[in-house]
Amino acid sequence: MISRVRAWLEERIGLSQITGFLSHKTVPVHRYSYWYFLGGITLFLFMVQVGTGMLLLLYYRPTSNEAFESVQYIVTQVRFGWLVRSIHSWSANLMVATAMAHMFSVLFLGAYRKPRELTWVSGMVLLFLILGFGFSGYLLPWNTLAYFATKVGTDMVKQLPVIGHPIMVFLRGGEEVSGATLTRFFGFHVALLPGITTLLIGVHLAFIQRQGMSVPRRIDAEWTADPSKRREMRFFPNFFLREAIAWYIGLAVLGALAAFFPWELGSKADPFAPAPAGIKPEWYFLSVFQTLKLIPPRLWKIDGELAGIFIFGALAAIWTLLPFLEGEAGKRRRLVTVVGILAIVFIAGMTLYAYYAK
Amino acid sequence: MNVAAREPAEPRPGRRTFLQMLLGAGLLGSLASFFYPVLRYMIPPASAELNSDEVVAGKIGELKLNSGKIFRFGSRPGIIVRNAVGEYKALSATCTHLDCIVQYRGDLRRIWCACHNGMYDLSGRNISGPPPRPLEAYDVNVRGDEIFVSRHKGS
Repeated sequence: MISRVRAWLEERIGLSQITGFLSHKTVPVHRYSYWYFLGGITLFLFMVQVGTGMLLLLYYRPTSNEAFESVQYIVTQVRFGWLVRSIHSWSANLMVATAMAHMFSVLFLGAYRKPRELTWVSGMVLLFLILGFGFSGYLLPWNTLAYFATKVGTDMVKQLPVIGHPIMVFLRGGEEVSGATLTRFFGFHVALLPGITTLLIGVHLAFIQRQGMSVPRRIDAEWTADPSKRREMRFFPNFFLREAIAWYIGLAVLGALAAFFPWELGSKADPFAPAPAGIKPEWYFLSVFQTLKLIPPRLWKIDGELAGIFIFGALAAIWTLLPFLEGEAGKRRRLVTVVGILAIVFIAGMTLYAYYAK
Repeated sequence: MNVAAREPAEPRPGRRTFLQMLLGAGLLGSLASFFYPVLRYMIPPASAELNSDEVVAGKIGELKLNSGKIFRFGSRPGIIVRNAVGEYKALSATCTHLDCIVQYRGDLRRIWCACHNGMYDLSGRNISGPPPRPLEAYDVNVRGDEIFVSRHKGS
């Protein structure tokens, strides 16, 4: 029966070309091979987000009067609603973490170097999109923390000269964070961002497919010196099954986290109540948050907030263009590594500071 | 005579350029006519600002000495504070740093923003932390047992 189906498909779409291609694709094997899994796990978490997100859509209502109550309904009334919502929140956080870990592993293994600059740039854009998912999704339960996080986040944009105010109005759907903002963020979160992200993931994977996995410089040098050391494994089924195990472990971690540490809902947003003491954004925005807290109101002759936005904007731009900073021949490789380490120290330091500061 | 001599030399490129420009301008025009409504659609219509000049922020006796509360001033929040000697102060409650809502801290006798640790005194001056500007101060009038808050005249 299966062979007849296969023969039928073979006649029509040339199935053997696809499977043949899969069996020829190889993955380099060396002591850093484990880092190759991080991108795949991020992709897995994205698929979990799409799945659980569609489930949440069955009950969620994107208006300021009903959003909080509908999430409350999901986690208290709907069977396994708490699990679905909790997995969606945990998976979102883990996805930011794995995407960042993936980015740093690519950085330190030098996988961004020629000819893979575009893969790096597309990956960075994907990372920004993931943060956009985080920011827009955070508001959807319409709780107090999310309300103030959105006020602050969108107000920062306003500080930009000329275009700042129109962008803020576009994001908020008005001058204030209100039900209109919620409706917009909902649209960004479930339609705009998933569409762009899916497309870009396709591009990112196509680049990787076209160029094969990058081999770290040192390993590459060892292999060139002694070609008998070169090791590879077939993508299918060898690497694929290993990746499947990684995904399975990821799913187990996700299930355990969601079951033992269900995500909190907090209290409903009130546009006429003070920001609660000890308010903090999600962990992945903590370093930015703490830096903003420390920048004085005026820096030289410019507004402190504006200076902060310019600093972070410049950092993001430099980071995205890092492969070009190194130069084609890799002359400034040291510089890139040092910048990477400094960035980790800065992000980790500021995050810990924000975590322990009163 | 002159014209006739020149014409056979480059009639086609001239015509081609002209047609290409026409096509380009047409495409550009149609693209603009597609995207202009889309862009305008994305910017929400300006809502009529609820321009209240004067609101009742609360009642006498509602606020204890050295405490404060948030009230609605049109579509935006305001804060009214009764200081330690019983005087009322009313200010905008929107932090000038990044738009959070401030609160009165009785222990510090200051107005405090929880988001980024901004601090204001009771006349609204930004005295520490990141806020770049003072809070707008409002006028307070007590009539009967109600506390009326209004914008400064002429501002």
